[in-house]
This record gives sequence, C-alpha cells and structure tokens, in this order.
Amino acid sequence: MSSLPVVSPAAGGCPVGFAAAKLPRLIFERLGAMPKLAGVTPASRLEARPTPEMVSSGVGAIDALTGGFPRGCLTEVYGPASSGRTSVLLAALAAATRREEVCALVDVSDALNPLSAAAAGIDFGRLLWVRCGLRLQKPGSPQRHRGTEKIKNNKNLENSRIEKPVEQALRVTDLLLQSGGFGMVAIDLGDTPVIAARRIPLTSWFRFQRSVEHTSTVLFVISQVPYAQTCASLLLRVSGTKLSAFSGQLSEKTYPAHAQLLDGIQVQGELLRSRLERKPARSVTTAFATNLQAG
Amino acid sequence: MLTADFMPFACIFVPDFPVEALLRAEPELRSRPLAVLEGKAPLQKVFAVNEKARRAGVAQEMSKLQIEACSGLELRARSLAQELSAHAALLDCAQSFSPRVEDAGYDTIILDLAGLEPLFGPLPKIAHALARRASAFGLEACVAVAANPDTAALAARGFSGVTVISQGKEVEELGSLPVEVLFSNSADDRDAAQLLQTFNRWGIRKLRDLAALPEIALSERLGQAGVRLQNLARGKTSRTLVPVDAPMIFEEVIELDYPLVLLEPLAFLLGRLLEQVCARLEARALATQELRLSLELENGCHDEEASVSSGETGPSTSSVQAFSGSHARRSFQRTLCLPVPLLDPRTFLKLLQLDLNAHPPGAPIVKIHLSAEPVRPRPGQSGLFLPPSPEPEKLELTLARIAGIVGEDKVGSLELLDTHHPGGFRMQHFAPRETLLPHRRPSRNLGASISSASAGQVLAGVSMASSRGTGEDSRAYVEGLVTALRIFRPAINVVVTLQGGKPAGITCTERKELAGEILWAAGPWRSSGDWWGQEAWARDEWDIAVRLEITIALYRLVRDLLGGRWFVEGTYD
Repeated sequence: MSSLPVVSPAAGGCPVGFAAAKLPRLIFERLGAMPKLAGVTPASRLEARPTPEMVSSGVGAIDALTGGFPRGCLTEVYGPASSGRTSVLLAALAAATRREEVCALVDVSDALNPLSAAAAGIDFGRLLWVRCGLRLQKPGSPQRHRGTEKIKNNKNLENSRIEKPVEQALRVTDLLLQSGGFGMVAIDLGDTPVIAARRIPLTSWFRFQRSVEHTSTVLFVISQVPYAQTCASLLLRVSGTKLSAFSGQLSEKTYPAHAQLLDGIQVQGELLRSRLERKPARSVTTAFATNLQAG
Repeated sequence: MLTADFMPFACIFVPDFPVEALLRAEPELRSRPLAVLEGKAPLQKVFAVNEKARRAGVAQEMSKLQIEACSGLELRARSLAQELSAHAALLDCAQSFSPRVEDAGYDTIILDLAGLEPLFGPLPKIAHALARRASAFGLEACVAVAANPDTAALAARGFSGVTVISQGKEVEELGSLPVEVLFSNSADDRDAAQLLQTFNRWGIRKLRDLAALPEIALSERLGQAGVRLQNLARGKTSRTLVPVDAPMIFEEVIELDYPLVLLEPLAFLLGRLLEQVCARLEARALATQELRLSLELENGCHDEEASVSSGETGPSTSSVQAFSGSHARRSFQRTLCLPVPLLDPRTFLKLLQLDLNAHPPGAPIVKIHLSAEPVRPRPGQSGLFLPPSPEPEKLELTLARIAGIVGEDKVGSLELLDTHHPGGFRMQHFAPRETLLPHRRPSRNLGASISSASAGQVLAGVSMASSRGTGEDSRAYVEGLVTALRIFRPAINVVVTLQGGKPAGITCTERKELAGEILWAAGPWRSSGDWWGQEAWARDEWDIAVRLEITIALYRLVRDLLGGRWFVEGTYD
C-alpha cells in the first residue's frame, strides 16, 4: 500500500503535490483496498427488499400507471359512488380468473351483480363469493363473539345477538388468508357506511397485510375512503369526472329520455402511494372509460 | 421346508368376538374385566366375557344378578350392529392382503396366501402383518398359517398370537390342542356334545390322542364324522376356499348405554368412528366423497327450527323420522358431500363438528351410525408451473367455517339461471375447477369469445398498453372495461316525481343522499317475464344521475309495473 503524501504544515494542511479535488477519490480508493472493508457495500448501493411479482389489474391504464397489482401486498382503490371502483374490481377478478387462479370476493354489502360479473368475464367456477349481511345469532350458538349487539325489547329473541357485516367480513377474510392458495382475495367495502368501516382497527389491516406477505395472494380492497392507511402498498384514488352520455353533456336536453343512453363512466385515477419503487411516490394520474354492456 | 406345491392359507380368529366388537369403540376397557349381557332386563345373562373377567370367575350363562357382586367388572349390552361392523372390518383386513378370502364365521376369516410372498415377504412376516392390521382395526386377533385351511383354523383357535405350521408338521404342532377345539365352530351342538362325551369316556383329551387312534376302528364306532375329526386332528384335510366378495360397505356403529347430551363427547366418539372407517378405506385403497351420519335420538321432540339457524338450507340433508313404539325415538341425519375424494379423519371430524354446531340434533343421542361412500382416490400429481390453488381439505374446512359465520346459502359460487329475471342466479357449493396442464388445454380463440358489439354499444378508447412488468399475455384485457352495477339488497324504495312522463325528482326516507333533482335520465327500458306462472314480473328501468355532495352518482331506477312502486335497484360504479 502506497503511503499518503506528506502534509506540509507550511502549506496550511494541504497535501503537497496534490490538488484538493483528488483527495476524496484517493481516500475512497485506499479504503476500498483495505481487506476489512472489502465486503462493505455503500449505503447508496444497498439493495432494497425484492420487488414483488406484479400481475395485471385487468385495466390497461392502471397497469401502465402502476405496473399492475403486487402479489403478497395490499392494494386499495377508493372513491365515491359511481367513480368506477367496482368496475376496476370486476376487471381485476376477471383477469385473475383468466389466469386460472382461484379468487375470493368478500362482499360486505352483498352488492355484487351477477350479470355485471359475467359481462366482465369472471369465471364463476373460480370465484368464491361470500355475502355478508346482518345475521341473527341465537343463544348457545358457538359463533357468538364480541362485535355482536344484543337484541333488546324482543322476548322472542331474548339473549340473541345481531352480527354486523363488517365483523363477519373481518373474520371471513382472516379465514381465507389463513387458508391460503387464493390468487386474489378482494374485500368490497364500497357501500359500507364510513363510520362503520372506520371502526376496523388498524391491527386488523396489519394482520391481513402480514398474512399475505410472502404469499402469491393479491389482497385488494375497494372503499369510499382509504381505511388501510400505511398497510396498503399501493393506494389508488378514482373519481368519475363526467358522464359520457350519448347525447353529450349534462346540460344537453335536446334529446328525449328514451333516445339517451348511458355509455359509461370516464374514470380519473390517481396513484397516491406506491411502496414498490425506491423513488419517492409521486402523484400520477390516468384516465380511462368504462362501457355499458348488457347486464 | 416348503415344497413347490405348498399352498399356504392363513386364518384370522378373534377370540371373544362380541367383547372385541364392543372394545373397538371403547378401547380403554381392554385392561379391565368385561362381560357382555344379552336378553331383556331383569333376565339378562352373560353372553361373552374377556379373559380378565373369566379369571375373575365370570362365565357364560350366569345371570346379571350373580355377576354384579364382582368388583371392577364392566357390563355392556350386546350390540349386533357393532358386531356386524367388526366383522366387516375383519373382512377388509383380510382383503387388504389377499383377494381370495373365505368368510368362515363371524369371528373367523380364512385367506389364501398363494403368491403373496414376493409382495409381503415370508409367511411369518405376513402373519404378523395380518395381526397388526387387525389390531389397527381395533381387534386383537390370533393368526395362524398352515398348508390347508382347516389346520390354519384349528391353530388360530387353539393358539394365541401368531402361529406358523410347516408342511408335514401338522400332527406335531396340533397335538397339544384339546379336542374341544374341533367343535368350537360346530353348528350342531347336540352331536358335538355326544362326540365330546364319547372322547372323554375313551380318555381322548388331546388331538394327538385322536390322531393316534386306528382309522378303521374309529370309523366303525363313530362313522364318517369320527374319521373327519381324525383327519382334522392330523391336518390332512384338503378343500378349496369358498371365496367371498367383501361388500363395499363401510359403516361403523356405536350404541350408547347412556344418552349423550353434549356435542363434545359426541365429537370424541365420532373421531374414533372416523379413524376406523378411514383405516378400512385405506386398506382397500379407497377414499370417500360422502359421509352420512345418522343419530338415533331418545324421546326427542326434534325441533327443526332450532336445528336450522336463521332459515338457511345447506347442501346437507336433515330429516326426522319418528319411530313408533314404547320408546319413541327419532333419527337425525346429516350428509357431508365433498368436492374431491378425501381420506383424512381429522378433516372429516372438523367438518362434522362445524355442521353439528350449525345444526344441533336437539335431543339426547343413544346411537351413532356413520357410513362412507367409497370412491377411488384422486391422483395426487400436480403441475409444477400451475397457478396456486387452495388445498381441497383446507378449502372444505374454510368453507364450513365461513358458512357458520354468514350462513350456508351465503357462500359459494355463482350460477346464472336461464331467465331474463334480474335476480336469476343461485348459489352452489364452491368447487374450483381443476387447472389443466398447458398441453391439455383446449385451444381458445379469445377474439371469438368476445361478442361483437351490438348496436348502441360504444367501445371506449381504453389503451391496450402492454403489461409492463407483469409478463402477462396481452390477451389479459377484454376489449373495453365493463361498467359495473352494484345491487342494493334489498332494493331501496323511493318516491319519484314525474315531469312529462320522465323522472324529475326523487326522495327516499332510507337514504338521505337519494334525494333531490334528477339531473339526467335515460329510459325507460321495459322488461317482463314469467307471465305464465305465479311469479310474473314486469318493470320499467331508468338510468338516472343524481347529485351527491361533491359528485354525481348514477343509479338504476325501476318501476314495478305490477305493484306500482318505485325503487332504486343499484348504482353504476
């Protein structure tokens, strides 16, 4: 190892015979040559966690925006009513069943329209549909647990409890994720009142996220507002911008009602969070439209 | 030493068979003296005892009163059903080794071992394997191998454990057995008693004494019966087996002395029955896709309302049959249908437990009958590059648990019905289709499967961008993204204000957001059906836009033409 140049005090601390700009490079070269530090990787070159496998969302515009949906992660799409989130949900399920994966839909509000699902191209033989709803639990039922309400002022249903759909959905989702083997588990919170859905504790979302980690399951949630918070690796907001009615704008009243036709919804999508890239998440938008098929 | 024409036969004999049949369900009693009673109270008599009870002085034909004084003696009533199950298990045990099996009695099975040595090893090893298999089925059996079936049967009845008699050594090996062993399976008790008396008078105690008698003198005194007995004692009989085709019936029964009230001890007994059934199926290289559980209830007013929660109806059947008689008993039946053949007793037990929790019997149980429908097991090989899918056993358990949460009719897969009615679908049990290996998939033309756009449909300009980062086939996208309709179940009743025949305003008491001016409406589209039946329907559909706080929501508004009411069926989303 060659010695460093002698620093002359008379030169004010600067190495004799070397420009100041070359000193940092020289120091790094010397450090890299030292055997003890040979295996040390600089922080700037540290590899991130392996990127999860991405699968098609069924919507070309979303795939172009996000690269698809990640396996082993929670993806959340939220938006108000008529913003296109259910269309995205059905497209994602159709794409998953086309890949011959078994999927599950936890329908918290029992809102799935079979005809829309068939029009979207979902293979029903590979879709497990769980329809949540208010359910009466009679006394002595082994399924009774916290989260049910006691029925009052009804002697016939004394000591019975009502289990709410959100509680059912949480238990069902837990069972599905623990069972494993599903290509996609989708939770439809689209019509669940915000007050009720906000009561889902963050620990439940963490639990779901940890359950799908290191698996090939895509956990997909649609909702009115974001609920999963930091547990979602991919957060997408959709909003329906305007109607693309056959007759044009809303203000157009030339054509009678029987001559007008709902073509579809123009959807504006915005990527709010993506933990799948090392670069900081940036807000990216996309736009796509749905079309109304027979259903 | 075995000669070239040595044809070995094995005999499996279960001593104290009625006792062993009961011990299959209660193995913890094996270490205790046990007596099996038969008859009606108070005239019950001892029908069979085990060795420990025998040593305690309990004998057959003693009355119940006589033996009740014995301390530590367990008493059980004889169960013909359990004896039948035990006999079937014995046949299955023999069939798992040899296809040529003779049913020589309810406690004796004879099988032909010819050609089995290359498969199972030498004869002593086969004999021990038979004994172990019988023990796995809950029966402690004596096994004997000999050159002819009768010698094997005598040896199995006379010697405990496993016995192998070499060819030519029959007289030597059987000589120490008492002459009573020749009559243990005798159909005619009177003739047998006479012959035994004669032998006793002559001082013939052992088989070697009988074998040593002169043939002609014996035939002059006792006739052909005596000669036959002497040939048996010498091991010189020769006959062919009468093989029986063991029926493919896999049933296990437990008759309880005291009614069961709780489900936990029922689960304990069901576990035992399931282990026995699965062991018998496995011995015949079979699995099952259907389990039937029948519980006999005692004096139960079986309440069907209580046993079916919230009015759901599941795929399993539940029926109640009242028996007439002094002791009114009813049977409660559940059928477990599985999508694939399985053979895991723990999975079956869990599924039955979940089903009984959801549909409890409602009365004490006095008898349990479990039967399994045998099928060929499914092949276990799956492709390495196939997409993941849930394991069938886990999936069944998960579905049963989910059904317990949301109801049996609220979980499953969809099936569209051939009707124009908007609600034309039904739920069916979820059984995911098996994924075919790529070379077995039929060729698909995805373009042909997409219906051509009908008049009025406009295909939006959705970008068909390549699936960056996914590696997916470009045919992953169907042309155009379908606008989904979210259904309100139940539909929301509204009050609609018409203007010029068109909806202009809407109010709703259930949802405050469904109120206000209708900004845009398209329709009506009329549909109707089933007018020939009692469930006729006719409706006008409108697509409307209503302003929410900050957005515009699209709804499907429906007018029931028969009832006259307006309701919002769903929202486009």
